[in-house]
Amino acid sequence: MSATSPAEAPERPAAPPPAGAPAWRRFVRFVTEANVAMVTLLAVVGGLFVGAILIVVTTPATLHAWGELGSHPGRTFSVTFQTLGNAYGALFVGSVISPSALGHAISSGQGWTGVFTPISETLVSATPLILAGTGVALGFSTGVFNIGGQGQLIAGALAATYVGFGVHAPIGIHLPLVILAGAAGGAVAGFIPGILKARTGAHEVIVTIMLNYIFLYLLEYLLTTQPLQKPNQSNSISRSISSTGQLPHLFGSGLRVNLGLIVALAVAAGASWFMRRSTLGFQFKVIGANPAAGRTAGMDARRATILVLMISGALVGMAGMSTLAGTDFFLSTGYGGNTGFNAITVALLGRNRPLGVVLGSLLFAALSTGGRYMQASTGVPIDLTSVIQAVIVFMVATPALVREIFRLREAGAGKILLFTKGWGG
Amino acid sequence: MSTSDHGAHRKRSRAGLTTRVAAASAVVVAATAAVGFGAGSSFASAKATAHHRATASARSGRAKSHFLACEVTDTGGINDRSFNASAYQGLKVAAKAIPGLSYKYLQSNSTSEYAPNINTFIGEKCGIIITVGFDMAQATQTAAKAHPSQKFAIVDYSYSPAMKNVLGLVYHTNQDAFLGGYLAAAMSKSGKVGTFGGQDIPPVTIYMDGWVAGVRYYDKVNHAHVVALGWTPAKKRNFASGSFAGNGLFTNDFTNQALGKTDAQTLMAEGADVIFPVAGAVGLGAAAAVKQAGAGHYMEWVDTDGCVSAPQYCSLFITSVTKGIVASVSTAVEAAARGTFHGGNYNGTLANNGVSLSPFHTFAHKIPAKVKAALKTLKAKIIANKVSLDPNSYPAS
Repeated sequence: MSATSPAEAPERPAAPPPAGAPAWRRFVRFVTEANVAMVTLLAVVGGLFVGAILIVVTTPATLHAWGELGSHPGRTFSVTFQTLGNAYGALFVGSVISPSALGHAISSGQGWTGVFTPISETLVSATPLILAGTGVALGFSTGVFNIGGQGQLIAGALAATYVGFGVHAPIGIHLPLVILAGAAGGAVAGFIPGILKARTGAHEVIVTIMLNYIFLYLLEYLLTTQPLQKPNQSNSISRSISSTGQLPHLFGSGLRVNLGLIVALAVAAGASWFMRRSTLGFQFKVIGANPAAGRTAGMDARRATILVLMISGALVGMAGMSTLAGTDFFLSTGYGGNTGFNAITVALLGRNRPLGVVLGSLLFAALSTGGRYMQASTGVPIDLTSVIQAVIVFMVATPALVREIFRLREAGAGKILLFTKGWGG
Repeated sequence: MSTSDHGAHRKRSRAGLTTRVAAASAVVVAATAAVGFGAGSSFASAKATAHHRATASARSGRAKSHFLACEVTDTGGINDRSFNASAYQGLKVAAKAIPGLSYKYLQSNSTSEYAPNINTFIGEKCGIIITVGFDMAQATQTAAKAHPSQKFAIVDYSYSPAMKNVLGLVYHTNQDAFLGGYLAAAMSKSGKVGTFGGQDIPPVTIYMDGWVAGVRYYDKVNHAHVVALGWTPAKKRNFASGSFAGNGLFTNDFTNQALGKTDAQTLMAEGADVIFPVAGAVGLGAAAAVKQAGAGHYMEWVDTDGCVSAPQYCSLFITSVTKGIVASVSTAVEAAARGTFHGGNYNGTLANNGVSLSPFHTFAHKIPAKVKAALKTLKAKIIANKVSLDPNSYPAS
């Protein structure tokens, strides 16, 4: 997450670094104050620390070693560090790259697929998070709390599935149609809370949460009916989308990373441009920050609310499409897992900025793919990564706590308040 | 909000701020809950010391003969006290039987994780991969086709045509559920018994088919009028032999105990005094409701012997309608480790003890001897194929 710092530092200079001060002094100043980058970085450190404590207290070998702290302190620490090193090492190897596999591939010239599998899997699981996170963040930065990610994701995936198996066209036409169907499905799901809020004032938080259930059960129902259900099957699974509707692999069939990643990054870049540069994006921000001012300036708040929820829903719908057309190819009950809710977390972590969302998604995806390998190879349960994620989010959401724990200096007012401001404050 | 607030800007904006702060904190809570969502069972599984022992033995075992057995759970997780847990128990049994055999599991938190979990284990060079549940059929088949030398066994599914490297484990649980239904009807004082399922899929409804058939059979031979609530089998599914399509009560969830509690309460409100949940860990919620309802309300547990897997509710369980996942999984793993593994399908029946009623435990003295004798005869008749298990071959009360 520290990669955010170079991009953000010039925008909001810290409480005056003396002009012409040496670079190292400005650096020291930067890392000792509670700015956005440091809080996020230290939240990650805090998450890993809490995770480390849990590993120690739940692993019999380390517990035993701590029991011998008085008699063999050296052993206590060596066992602890070895256990933690194995677990967090596996987290890295499973999500980024395995040094031993890399060495083997370099010396033998074979097994390159295996070398890149972990990073490919991380990118695959980051793809829907980037799309959904960007969608949710777009709503949040406009003061619209879209908690309906799960429903919009299912709606997008449903629409993409129907187009995926129902339409027969060459890939150049079919694939864009599948992508658009995903966006359209999500947009429809976003339109419902939008129009309800604009017309009746129904709060979008309630409506979107409830719509999650509606789409969940709609999916379960449709999966038992034709033409969605796979013929001659009693499982609740759908027909598979045809190959022309699938997102092609980027680096050959051995790695699952696919065109969806490029789509997601393009969407994030587009969203960034939209919010910073476009007239509509500016209107959204103004209305989000101060609806009365927006109205005074002649902006249509109702129209904006509907549009924001539709755009937000469309992006989340594309997340549903990306898993479907990229890796799964068919729907089943429980499709999407927790992606819709993780998107909220990622938006929070990325402070509602597309770049932040991309980085947050990569972190979350790396934790979950690495966690899988960690459990498979060291026996530390993957649930540990959920705890790490939760601690990170908790600490990012409470910057004052991080400041206290790590004894950071207070940042300039704009810097730390910016986070809450992003939520429409 | 947008129509009623023309003038009072200051008031409005303050109210708006409060709403936003409230909403923002709600979001934070929701987000924290969302990431913590999967962690429900977290440190219970960390406490599964057997797992660490297994990992340790994996390390020491690498030098000598080494065989690794791996399980990918479905979304119910390793502590579901049902089929995921039973399959894991099967791995433990196999590890006791075969020196140098170690075992591991990976939990799937969503259906999208089935394929990567299986692939992770293929990368870990597992000697056999056990996949658990009907829902994993597609992912298992895809992986098995892509890796023809990798051995698999899948609980609750059979492939037709059978695959060479996959052993499908299916259980004719309508046979023991028939006995369970008969017993439930015999024990009911209210004349109503009820069942509900986790999901409308054959491995679940086949229990309910047999159970409802057993109740109706009881009525027929004893001229009684016990009503089975919660499942109305209609017509045979044209695939997955022996299972019926129909209408019934389903939680559509195998983890949320609150849903099980609600469904059990609904059934009891309609007069049922014996409840048979077919929904894995969701049944624990039903047990809580039955306990709350007090004397005269009982239940039957499913998949495993409830007095072993959920001993806190043992006093409520008349019996358990079990399927021999533990034995069949351990047999498959041992065969793979000894090099005698064959793909194809395994059918668990009353005849080969692949399915059975558990011991009666606390009900051993409460069940009339006449009923026990009838169950014994009935079991022999089912094995000899002299009783129809088709619920619709008997009139419904």
